[in-house]
Amino acid sequence: MLQLTCPWCGPRDETEFHHGGQAHVARPADPAALDDREWAAYLFFRDNPAGPFAERWVHSLGCRRWFHAVRDTVTYAVLATYRPDEPRPGVAAAARPEGESR
Amino acid sequence: MAEPTAPGPAALRRGPLDHLTGALRAATVTGPRAVALAELPCRTMTALRAAPDGPAAARLAEVLGAPLPTRCGDTARGEHGTALWLGPDEWLLVAEDGAPAPLDALSAALGGDPGQVVDVSAQRTVLELHGPSARGVLEKGCAPDLHPRAFPPGRAVSTAAGQVPLVLWHPAADTYRLLPRASFADHLAHWLMDAMGEYGLPEVD
Repeated sequence: MLQLTCPWCGPRDETEFHHGGQAHVARPADPAALDDREWAAYLFFRDNPAGPFAERWVHSLGCRRWFHAVRDTVTYAVLATYRPDEPRPGVAAAARPEGESR
Repeated sequence: MAEPTAPGPAALRRGPLDHLTGALRAATVTGPRAVALAELPCRTMTALRAAPDGPAAARLAEVLGAPLPTRCGDTARGEHGTALWLGPDEWLLVAEDGAPAPLDALSAALGGDPGQVVDVSAQRTVLELHGPSARGVLEKGCAPDLHPRAFPPGRAVSTAAGQVPLVLWHPAADTYRLLPRASFADHLAHWLMDAMGEYGLPEVD
């Protein structure tokens, strides 16, 4: 079971949370000025890194607050969790087992 | 919009587990590994929301007679019941009986500041699990660490037990109160009775 550390409630099981997709996707300042392609890029296109990835999570069964987590998409290790009003912390990718390729 | 609880014949009110009163009593386990389950129906509950460090929270605390808890797991006993921490700006005030909550005084305390005071008595019911084996029963399906060093009496957390979302409150030693939504209460009661069964049998080495 994956455990996430809610910034308000502490470590809890993954089943208490829901995933909310990529974090830090800035809403365009003037959506009306965008063409369809740019608007679609904002709405639908997300990063898909192999490695640390900042995501939104909500502690549905606990305090019901949204927060951000940096998770390594290769090892599934949660490298950091932080409140939405805090900047993304600089974290290095978790060590991978010897010989494992991406 | 939730309506305030209408003043009416209190004798007509029934808890969501009224039909299981006999079954809960029959599930009682006695002896050294005793554990008992009962519903505490129709407790008055009030949802409170306010900025935790703002003047509204301070005025609410004045009405309650105790400062609102500020950290996950903390509770505060006041004149009108116990305030359980649900979120950074959210509390559940649980009374010890069905007497009306001081909604007018609490709403007045909120003043013009953002927040809410809502009677949610019908939202949840209270199941009380009591006895030396109460923690063992819960640990079969409740993930947070319930050891007294991590979850001593006086704490409450919002979590899940038996896959039912609930508020788990530990008001005193060997006593746990589970506050599920009314519609989940029947399932949770049956889950708990099933989990209690083994403690009535001789322990296997």
